Amino acid sequence: MVTRELVIVGGGPAGMAAAVSAHENGIKDILLIERDQYLGGILNQCIHTGFGLSYFKEILTGPEYAGRFINKVKDMPGIEVSLKSIAVKLTKDRIVTFLKPGKIETVKAKAVIMATGCREKTREMVHISGTRPAGIFSAGLAQKLINIEGLLPGKEVVVVGSGDIGLIMARRFVLEGAKVKAIVEIQKETRGLLRNMAQCVEDFDIPVYFSHKISRIYGKDRVEKVSVIRVDDNFNEVFGSLFEITCDTILMAVGLIPENELIEAAGVRIEENKTSAPGIFVCGNSFKVYDIVDSVTEDSINTGKLAANFLRQNE
Amino acid sequence: MKLYDVVIIGAGVVGTSIARELSRYKLDIALLEKEEEPAFGVSKSNSGIIHPGTQNPAGSIKGRLCVQGNLLVRKISKELNVDFKEVGELIIAFNQEETRELLQLKKEAEALGVSGLKIVDKIWLRENEPNLNIEAVAALYAPTAGIISPYRMVYSLAENAVRNGVEIFTEAEVENIIHTKPEFEIITPRSLFKARYVINCAGLFADDISKMLGIDGFKIKPRKGEEFILDKKKENLARHLIFPLPSKTSKGVLIIKTADGNPMIGPTAEEVEDKEDLSTSEAGLDKVLVSARRLIPSINDKDIIAYFAGLRPVSGHDFIIRHEDKAPAFINVAGIQSPGLTASPAIALLVCNIIRKNGLTLKKKFIFHAHCKKTMQLFAVPFSKTKKLIKKDASYGDIVCRCEMVSAKEIRDAVKLGARTMDGIKFRTRAQAGRCHGSFCTTRIMKILAEERKLPLMVITKRGKGSEIVKEDRFHLRGGTGSTL
Repeated sequence: MVTRELVIVGGGPAGMAAAVSAHENGIKDILLIERDQYLGGILNQCIHTGFGLSYFKEILTGPEYAGRFINKVKDMPGIEVSLKSIAVKLTKDRIVTFLKPGKIETVKAKAVIMATGCREKTREMVHISGTRPAGIFSAGLAQKLINIEGLLPGKEVVVVGSGDIGLIMARRFVLEGAKVKAIVEIQKETRGLLRNMAQCVEDFDIPVYFSHKISRIYGKDRVEKVSVIRVDDNFNEVFGSLFEITCDTILMAVGLIPENELIEAAGVRIEENKTSAPGIFVCGNSFKVYDIVDSVTEDSINTGKLAANFLRQNE
Repeated sequence: MKLYDVVIIGAGVVGTSIARELSRYKLDIALLEKEEEPAFGVSKSNSGIIHPGTQNPAGSIKGRLCVQGNLLVRKISKELNVDFKEVGELIIAFNQEETRELLQLKKEAEALGVSGLKIVDKIWLRENEPNLNIEAVAALYAPTAGIISPYRMVYSLAENAVRNGVEIFTEAEVENIIHTKPEFEIITPRSLFKARYVINCAGLFADDISKMLGIDGFKIKPRKGEEFILDKKKENLARHLIFPLPSKTSKGVLIIKTADGNPMIGPTAEEVEDKEDLSTSEAGLDKVLVSARRLIPSINDKDIIAYFAGLRPVSGHDFIIRHEDKAPAFINVAGIQSPGLTASPAIALLVCNIIRKNGLTLKKKFIFHAHCKKTMQLFAVPFSKTKKLIKKDASYGDIVCRCEMVSAKEIRDAVKLGARTMDGIKFRTRAQAGRCHGSFCTTRIMKILAEERKLPLMVITKRGKGSEIVKEDRFHLRGGTGSTL
């Protein structure tokens, strides 16, 4: 079995920052595993600006922010990157198994940092009833379709959720010539940054329905309409407030959840950036979902240091 | 125009079972399906339970065929290389009166020929089904109950039938049938089919098909069932299939183990008018949660990763399997609700008999290919096996769907075996069926599908025409080539 000082799972902003930080703190045998064909994670599809204000004191796009760290990783001889590689198993004693085209590899690490990011909640997780036609997308998938693949998912859109991702994607659809008919938010106010409310919604005259929820999805093959209903302070439906919006697309932007399946399957508990298994660490959005990537970077730099200290103490 | 010996209408589990059974004989057979792929009708929402034969009325056709089917499925699943797991089922009693009803059920089932039944007590239950409600006092244990993937069963039956000469025509909705005596002319948007015998396995639409020949002795009433799938993490929630005591119309809300590991809770049972109403409801979820928690109190609604509704094609209390006197070469196979999946191999044998009695000569082919190659599921094999697979084909290591661990190789194979839509790939491989629901893998799967089928991305659909995933291709409009992943 191959052995490594440090294995980092995930080559997004968290994994890259953790790798750079561990390297700067003296660890020179690092394997960084990334499932995609390039480093950067979800930043690559975030072509809007607003990244880096706190960490770089500059306004960057997602790919630019990722690029800064990709260059650092490349310049560090002690970091080996394995792309198109997906970790499928982690054990308490830090054995990581991953697959890549043509290979299954098992690595015994002295320390592991899990930086696997998060995933989006789905329509199913918030229990919206109705039919299950084509045209229901998570906001992140729609973003990938538009920004990476050049495909327009739909032309008449209802966005569910007013977090930053929902607001930014509403604007993105307008810029691509689609009509965003509504943003529907169950809370009384936005969950996103105020600057996004101004720049994405108000500047583009997109109607926002606070204290409303989608009560049902209609359409056999493709989404045809949704029914929307007002909710009171306890999220109970207000009788008589139901109305319908015709649309061909529903964007789900109802929150993110950390991806921790490998840690869970290993029978390991997360305790801050550490875990119940000595030498296994967690950082970035897989530890907790942060509002901005700059915080992910800070968290991960810190975790890279923790891992480096652990390795020094256990030499 | 070609004259088929037999045209079968409907490529669900019943139609494909009959097609495969008839493909042993020297016959020209066409199987017509209105959807883009087999199993897209009633079969796609099947729970995947192979029933032992309990909970069937004494003297019913379905009871007899269920017991017989339970035995046949074991053989057929081996031939088709589809995993069948005999997990056993428990019908739970919560008080003395219900325990007495269990005895009655046991007696009825034994009369039908169900073997191995026993009444188990509280202590047995505590030991063998630890998450079960502690208020349960006894259960009827039927060890011969099992689980199978309903889709893989239908797809393997269809593939095997094709291997043995059956022609399958999808997107061939039957618009009319004319009895030109002695033959039939079947009109579809694809073409006209001529047949000596017609077997109607049209599920929810079997009454409409029958009516085309003036035979209207039955009506199909859809009965909706909503089911909720839990995360694979909860695979060990239950060790057996768990049933409450059945009511007059339904087996109740169950705890279902599935072939892919994800537990499922449901189904509801609600009469509806619309044969295409596959919507779920908040009320359905509430009802299923309350009923399922009565069996296993620890069920958490946060573990629900998917839900769907299916429609049972109900006509009275029993199956309708008969030739029609008005047209003896027309055979109705209708009202095949639960336990239709279990009974399907037995139904196929019964239909062969009916058709033979009505004049069709069944002469065995010299060679019948009974076996299917195993469809590899990476998530179901140990790493040692994965290693060998990757060595054989590098793209087994190229994971497309990470939630369910499905490789590019499996997806390409599914397309080669006939998957034409995103749902078809999901049903065959489980890609997009996990907790992220395709958020991460949809684009990649679309590309593989487009590439294999040599189609533009624009026309890739979820489940057939009208359900295209995207509306416009901007990149190619501008003359770009798109990214390669």
